[in-house]
Amino acid sequence: MTSIAFLLPIALGMGLCGLAAFFWALKRGQFSDLDGAAARILIEEDEER
Amino acid sequence: MTAAARRISGEAAVELHSVFSVPGMHCAGCMGKVERSLAAVPGVASARTNLTARTVEVVHEQGVETPNLIAALAGAGFEAQPRVDIEEAPSAVKPLLAPLAVAAFACMNVMLLSVSVWSGAEGTTREMFHWLSAAIGVPAIAYAGKPFFSSAFAALKRGRTNMDVPISIGVTLATSLSVYETVTGGTDAWFDGTLMLLLFLLAGRALDAMMRDRARAGVDALLRQAATGAMVVDADGATRWVTAAALVPGMVMRVAAGERLAADGIVMRGNSRFDQSLLTGESAPVPAREGEAVHAGTLNVDAPVDVRVTAAGTDTALAEIARLMEAAGQSRSAYVRIADRASRLYAPAVHTLAALTFAGWMLAGAGLYHSLVIAIAVLIITCPCALGLAVPVAQVVAAGALMKRGILVKDGSAMERLAEVDRALLDKTGTLTLGRPVPDEAALDALSAADASVALALASHSRHPLSLGLAQALAARGVHAAELGDVAEEPGRGVSATWQGRRVSLGRPSVADGMAAALDTGMGPARVIGFADRLRPDALDALDALEGLGIECSMLSGDGIAAVTEIARQTGLTARASASPADKQQNIASLQSVGRKVLMVGDGLNDGPALAAADASIAPGSASDVGRQAADFVFTGDSLLALPRAVRASRRTMRVVRQNFVLAIGYNVLAVPLAMAGIVTPLIAAVAMSTSSLIVVANSLRLQGAAR
Repeated sequence: MTSIAFLLPIALGMGLCGLAAFFWALKRGQFSDLDGAAARILIEEDEER
Repeated sequence: MTAAARRISGEAAVELHSVFSVPGMHCAGCMGKVERSLAAVPGVASARTNLTARTVEVVHEQGVETPNLIAALAGAGFEAQPRVDIEEAPSAVKPLLAPLAVAAFACMNVMLLSVSVWSGAEGTTREMFHWLSAAIGVPAIAYAGKPFFSSAFAALKRGRTNMDVPISIGVTLATSLSVYETVTGGTDAWFDGTLMLLLFLLAGRALDAMMRDRARAGVDALLRQAATGAMVVDADGATRWVTAAALVPGMVMRVAAGERLAADGIVMRGNSRFDQSLLTGESAPVPAREGEAVHAGTLNVDAPVDVRVTAAGTDTALAEIARLMEAAGQSRSAYVRIADRASRLYAPAVHTLAALTFAGWMLAGAGLYHSLVIAIAVLIITCPCALGLAVPVAQVVAAGALMKRGILVKDGSAMERLAEVDRALLDKTGTLTLGRPVPDEAALDALSAADASVALALASHSRHPLSLGLAQALAARGVHAAELGDVAEEPGRGVSATWQGRRVSLGRPSVADGMAAALDTGMGPARVIGFADRLRPDALDALDALEGLGIECSMLSGDGIAAVTEIARQTGLTARASASPADKQQNIASLQSVGRKVLMVGDGLNDGPALAAADASIAPGSASDVGRQAADFVFTGDSLLALPRAVRASRRTMRVVRQNFVLAIGYNVLAVPLAMAGIVTPLIAAVAMSTSSLIVVANSLRLQGAAR
């Protein structure tokens, strides 16, 4: 029973962190261009930046 | 982004954001080129592409002119238009993502607690777990259920019912019952089942919305089609750039060759031809001399002209088509989707069952509380969990399969409508034909290797449609361009240059007969190369396949009778020529009034109203933005076989959707008697709900090969 008192808040807290991270990403436009994000890795960067 | 550009952005006091649509951008390489070419323009701080919306957002200083940025993009090989800031349609997925995330989070956590209860937690432990579930579940249900509650409320207010009404009632009652059980220390709480229901339903909605959003990526297309500005010549001869919205009748626009008109007007000076194919479907450019009227959205082909504006903005012929389309689109929104038709039958049935159960148990003397619990269990069990997934999952899987074959589906309901089609009307220019002049094969065969290489070199120096067609055809034959000197293009005449000490030219033949170009290599007489718009490859096979699917085809074109007759002869289709946009719409309406389900295939602006009015519509990827926006399906590539493929895939999808309904309702037939007998526990409800949903998803996945 005592272990539950620790583990439950931890489990819920971790879940809430994930949820908060998702909302943050949503608000910052991370999901606004999913096709572009997938393609962006293939863009060749210029030598001099 | 270069270091220099970054420094500028740090110092600049005023930064402007401009958004351009770049329809030609479709891969990582394109994105890189667009971003680099814009970042290289002095005064540009940064450029960020969005591949989904095919746009690029440029952050720049004041004083960087729009035409400069467009020129930079043109230099990199991309056609771009500044995006007009029309009110952007709100994303359909975004408002669902947050409820979906909340439902998923709460569902997982509550399920974790429920598993312990099911596996035998007793007494205080169970009570604590129920309280915890309530603490997570109640706010989560209130938040995640909002889309359903508000839609159900809106429907009830209008005295109607939809799928969301039984969902809302079920969810609200189940939550209230669970809270009551928790407070009184009862054995069963239904938070997990309620949340799972919301999660599955939201997933279905989000999938459906995702398809619609993808379609919206091409919004504001119509006004983009018109050039959004013009070079205006003032009375004193000075020129300045004026945006389309600021043009007023009386102004004089100087329109370069290859530019689209921003407003209707009358030619004041100059002599040119205008490509009206987007507006009227006419394949050959129409000559316009001084004093003749020209229309917004048409392309100046030959030579620069001065045009006095007679109508601008909402008065132009283009805006008239937009109005027709808007009216046409409204009639289509009356279509009732299959899921809604199902729910109209479903909702009353479910509520009757629950009421009967309640009455039955009351009569049997079970007591108010007990009867209510069982009635609510019936509501939860019958909540259309798998039913909510039955349609969207099948449509999304099929749309994905079609997309791999180069057919873009813009809306789930489009497949439902296309599956029912039994009559097809096809536009000519750009739909049955390629919509671009293709040089005569025999004339190209007759060219010597040297002549061909000179022709390619000359053609590559011009943006004239015939030059583009010639260059493409010669390049496809593996011809290499010759080395030329002193290349000059004289608008309206052609391109000339020196080659091996001789004057060579490619231009308008002295005897103009239809579309042709004369190649003069300085030796012998000039060779005339004829051009014509050709049928798409596989056009005949595709028409045969459509007939085989029971779809009667005919042609509906805005082009003149001669050109239409020629294509009608080649395809064996019945045809109607010289149809105005309103005629086309009329034609569709008369077919619909005798009960036919009409498919419209077209590409031009003039097809827009017809595409919007038809039961289903398909446009080729080369279509005008308006055509692409109005159509339900867009296919890329030249082959017309995409048409029968889309029809077949839609019909298969609808078969799977119907199977899904049978599976989902079959589950209810099994589970409802259990619920009515009062032996359903939250565990049984959870298992039944997830299995039926999984079966429906698995059945839908069979559609992955639907586009074959």
